[in-house]
Amino acid sequence: MERVPILKIGQVLLVSIQVDLQDQTVLALQEDLADRIVRTGARGVIIDITAVDIVDSFIGRMFATIASMSRLMDAETVVVGMRPAVAITLVELGLSLGGVRTALDLEKGMRLLGAPLPAIGPGAVDSP
Amino acid sequence: MRSRRDVILDRWVDLVVAGVRGRITESELRAELSELYGLIERSTGGEREAAGELRAALTEISRTRARQGFSPSETAVSVFALKQAVLEQVGAIGDVAAYAEFVAFSSGVDDLGLLTFETYAAAREQVIADQTEQLLELSTPVVKLWEGILGVPLVGTLDSARTQVVMETLLERLVETGSQFAVIDITGVPAVDTEVAQHLLKTVMAARLMGTDCVISGIRPQIAQTIVALGIEFGDIPTKASLADALEWAMERSGTRLVGGAGA
Repeated sequence: MERVPILKIGQVLLVSIQVDLQDQTVLALQEDLADRIVRTGARGVIIDITAVDIVDSFIGRMFATIASMSRLMDAETVVVGMRPAVAITLVELGLSLGGVRTALDLEKGMRLLGAPLPAIGPGAVDSP
Repeated sequence: MRSRRDVILDRWVDLVVAGVRGRITESELRAELSELYGLIERSTGGEREAAGELRAALTEISRTRARQGFSPSETAVSVFALKQAVLEQVGAIGDVAAYAEFVAFSSGVDDLGLLTFETYAAAREQVIADQTEQLLELSTPVVKLWEGILGVPLVGTLDSARTQVVMETLLERLVETGSQFAVIDITGVPAVDTEVAQHLLKTVMAARLMGTDCVISGIRPQIAQTIVALGIEFGDIPTKASLADALEWAMERSGTRLVGGAGA
């Protein structure tokens, strides 16, 4: 079975979903993530779904589950990079992901969590 | 008919030219009609393929005419005129056998005329459908108000089809511009009922899922009254009376500070 890799950047765990999610993969991810949050003492979780084209209600619920799970362990979840089509589908399914914060892209998501961004070049000094 | 090909063709072109009144040049028309004429000759001669080609050519011609704004009878007359051209020649021969042949030929031409009529109607419907779609896109602009702030001025009644277009364009533009805020202005929406409110809520929810905060502006006194009377809940979506208020709100939230100005 495929496992989704979990990366650690400072105090933030980054989950970038690049594959079509199977139910089993999602369950394994939740388990792994809970484990990693406790082990690393992470303060935030970013789920990057830029590469996800198709969602169903199961995946939609996954975001909510992961969010409430990590909140119990004092880590905030941000879902970043949702495509327009995916957003429309979730709304039509009646899933509003209450309690999950969202951002347009990874950079904005990092900023939302207050994670320090590496300053690259002269254009990168505009962070508040 | 074969022996008098040129005479008939000339007469046909003359008759049709009178009908189209200069919207097509005579040489263009002659090329079109002589192609048709050739095909008609071949199909009355019993060639299967030619009949198919003839229908295709006629379909194409009536479709173009429909786009160019010809009336349906003008289009059909260009086919029916052939009957007159042939009849004149048959009359000139004055032969009973020729007349009998003409009757069969005439009913064939009638079929072709009906075909142009049908294609014409279909093409016109297509044109109308295209225009409706273009109108829909025109009526739902998404504009950039400020760095990171998009504006969606809605004018007219919101129905499901329009809301879908609004939602899609807004979300696409959010991704393109990386905007954090969107102002949905409903000053131009004459009435807000539960359905419209539902559509607005969906749009705001979808934008929120992508990480953008929306504010609804342009709530006029009567609309506020209707919304309260209908018991519509906008939840935690911020609403403002005017576009200016909404823009100020969004700019404040995005960390842009306005300095000076009369109202500040």
